[in-house]
Amino acid sequence: MSKAAVDVPMKGGFSFDLCRRNEMLVKKGLQSPSFLKTGTTIVGLIFQDGVILGADTRATEGPIVADKNCEKIHFMAPNIYCCGAGTAADTEAVTDMVSSQLQLHRYHTDRESRVVTALTLLKSHLFSYQGHVSAALVLGGVDVTGPHLHTIYPHGSTDTLPFATMGSGSLAAMSVFESKYREGLTRDEGVKLVTEAICSGIFNDLGSGSNVDVCVITKGQTEYLRNHQLPNPRTYINERGYSFPKKTEVLLTRITPLKQMVEVTEAGDAMEE
Amino acid sequence: MNSQQIYYIFDLCKSPNLSLSLSFITMAKQHARWSPYDNNGGTCVAIAGADYCVIAADTRMSTGYSILSRDYSKICKLADKCMMASSGFQADVRALQKVLAARHLIYQHQHNKQMSCPAMGQLLSNTLYYKRFFPYYAFNVLGGLDNEGKGCVFTYDAVGSYERVGYSSQGSGSTLIMPFLDNQLKSPSPLLLPAQDAVTPLSESEAVDLVKTCFASATERDIYTGDRLEIVILNADGVRREEMELRKD
Amino acid sequence: MNLVDSNQAQNNLMVSEAASERTLYPYVTGTSVIGIKYKDGILMAADMGGSYGSTLRYKSVERLKSIGKHSLLGASGEISDFQEILRNLDELILYDNMWDDGNSMGPKEVHNYLTRMMYNRRNKFNPLWNSLVLGGVKNGQKYLGTVNMIGVHFEDDHVATGFGNHLARPILRDEWHANLSFEDGVKLLEKCMRVLLYRDRSAINKLQIAKITEEGVTISQPYALKTFWNFAAFQNPTVGAEGSW
Repeated sequence: MSKAAVDVPMKGGFSFDLCRRNEMLVKKGLQSPSFLKTGTTIVGLIFQDGVILGADTRATEGPIVADKNCEKIHFMAPNIYCCGAGTAADTEAVTDMVSSQLQLHRYHTDRESRVVTALTLLKSHLFSYQGHVSAALVLGGVDVTGPHLHTIYPHGSTDTLPFATMGSGSLAAMSVFESKYREGLTRDEGVKLVTEAICSGIFNDLGSGSNVDVCVITKGQTEYLRNHQLPNPRTYINERGYSFPKKTEVLLTRITPLKQMVEVTEAGDAMEE
Repeated sequence: MNSQQIYYIFDLCKSPNLSLSLSFITMAKQHARWSPYDNNGGTCVAIAGADYCVIAADTRMSTGYSILSRDYSKICKLADKCMMASSGFQADVRALQKVLAARHLIYQHQHNKQMSCPAMGQLLSNTLYYKRFFPYYAFNVLGGLDNEGKGCVFTYDAVGSYERVGYSSQGSGSTLIMPFLDNQLKSPSPLLLPAQDAVTPLSESEAVDLVKTCFASATERDIYTGDRLEIVILNADGVRREEMELRKD
Repeated sequence: MNLVDSNQAQNNLMVSEAASERTLYPYVTGTSVIGIKYKDGILMAADMGGSYGSTLRYKSVERLKSIGKHSLLGASGEISDFQEILRNLDELILYDNMWDDGNSMGPKEVHNYLTRMMYNRRNKFNPLWNSLVLGGVKNGQKYLGTVNMIGVHFEDDHVATGFGNHLARPILRDEWHANLSFEDGVKLLEKCMRVLLYRDRSAINKLQIAKITEEGVTISQPYALKTFWNFAAFQNPTVGAEGSW
């Protein structure tokens, strides 16, 4: 009976085969490799006709900028988008997985996806991994029940809010929302406020930087404004340019004709047995 | 006790990795601990030429993921022909600057002249090594003109090991800048006999352009470098300062 | 045997007690202080809460104090350490006064003194558990600086401690300018304090604002800020996620 239990193939999900080995290696002093973290500013707000999401475009690896113009607003469904902060791989994987489940669900039901469905799928996945899937999300969309905005924490808890921020720049962005947000913003006011909040993250939080991405979702329409603002151009380019003339020095040149090598393989006929 | 204290430095090196962007949410209840060290970031560069020396540093002071100040000068004048640029832990840097200023004042009273740059280089090394077992967490480059009016650069580690070089970079962006300087200004091997001059062949304006490029590039990829660049040029005419804006994100 | 053991235990206890004659962690703490320069001088704001861990233990702690003729000091962190700092500064100002030479320490000197005091204590592994903001005006020169428990210090046009660094300084960097009038300065500080009140769990709605100009120090009576909690989404939060849990 125990044998049968072992032989059953895995149904899906993560493989934990190497956890015990890794634990042992860590005890012996192994440094586990670091992940690409999007030290991030992501925000969202509800305006009069829908939801606006925003994100910066910096991805960091420790103190180094790994990607200056990455995308943090992920597609979930045509009417639902999701901003991700935390470990880049986790935010991408978790949004893609749920996005595919939503697509299948739409094939089944032939109805537009609801934000609450995405919310529930995301939170139950994150909860089942007890915070080890480090994705902090801002989920926004408009469905048959109206506009919705949620935040989802890595452990699976969720919030329903009129305005939300996440990531290392969340406090800088929240300072903008807390002092300027009001209900019934127009589209242009909303985009301006989101941009301002993201810029606050970009300029005050070292984990966030580069450009502003915005996504406006209204009933039946989605506008993805990639690089809506580019507030950080390079500051200096030397007009004279630079040359890199020093090649590796050639010490010796010898040309081995290919024909010789063919002969070597021909000599190995004995292998055919 | 002492060996325990040094470990803080190593802890400090690790700390940026630990600061998850969400750590304030997931933090378990625990007592606030403190570390006697902090890393306030920043990058310094110095280049020595035949008759000039360029010393440069950004003006950002930060802690963790926050900017404390966008306008904090890391360059300190130690003597008439000697400037020090320092990054690392700001409180230690300032203490170091004060000690050197005091020692230089005594030197002036005793010798009735300014200290030369090589002498200041040795003094800095001694001052750093004096705190070998509770180090100044300061990463310095010293730039100036020697007694012949030639550019000279000294580069240090936190506990006083130092070397006279033709160019150097220290601080959070040094890993990005140093390879570029090596490529552009490769100096003769210090093992060659007779010893060859380490000064760079560039003209003063070319060196300043190079420094500007270095910092513009380091700012693109190092989160602790940015805001503004301060450049000091020492030559026979005296001291000249230049400034350049850097990215503020 | 047992006697020896228990003696040893007692000795250990005494050693560990003796070794911990220093602040290993703070007890009663105050949260953020904000300071800005404005047209005629310096403005500073701090609330009056004294937290004991996450308990709001005291509600009338004055964390803004005048120092000598030209300086104003605001403190966050351990309240008892702040009070010791005040005692030290009183002595400093007294001795300065006793020269009776018509000179008096300005904000720059007091700030420098504070930086050395904080850095010295960190060198002894016995820090004063505070972040301080020092502002002042002397001979028409405005001065605003800060120093933390390990001696990191700087001057700026606007400074903040603790949570204020994350929540207030982004606002100040956007909206501060050198020509702020007194009224606009107070409005800006109140805006920052309101955001802190919303998002810093140890902030309370009872604050003081202090002003220092060439004429001297004025510290306001405690007062509360108007707040707004009536967003529709706040009224019934569950309605937004009906069908989930």
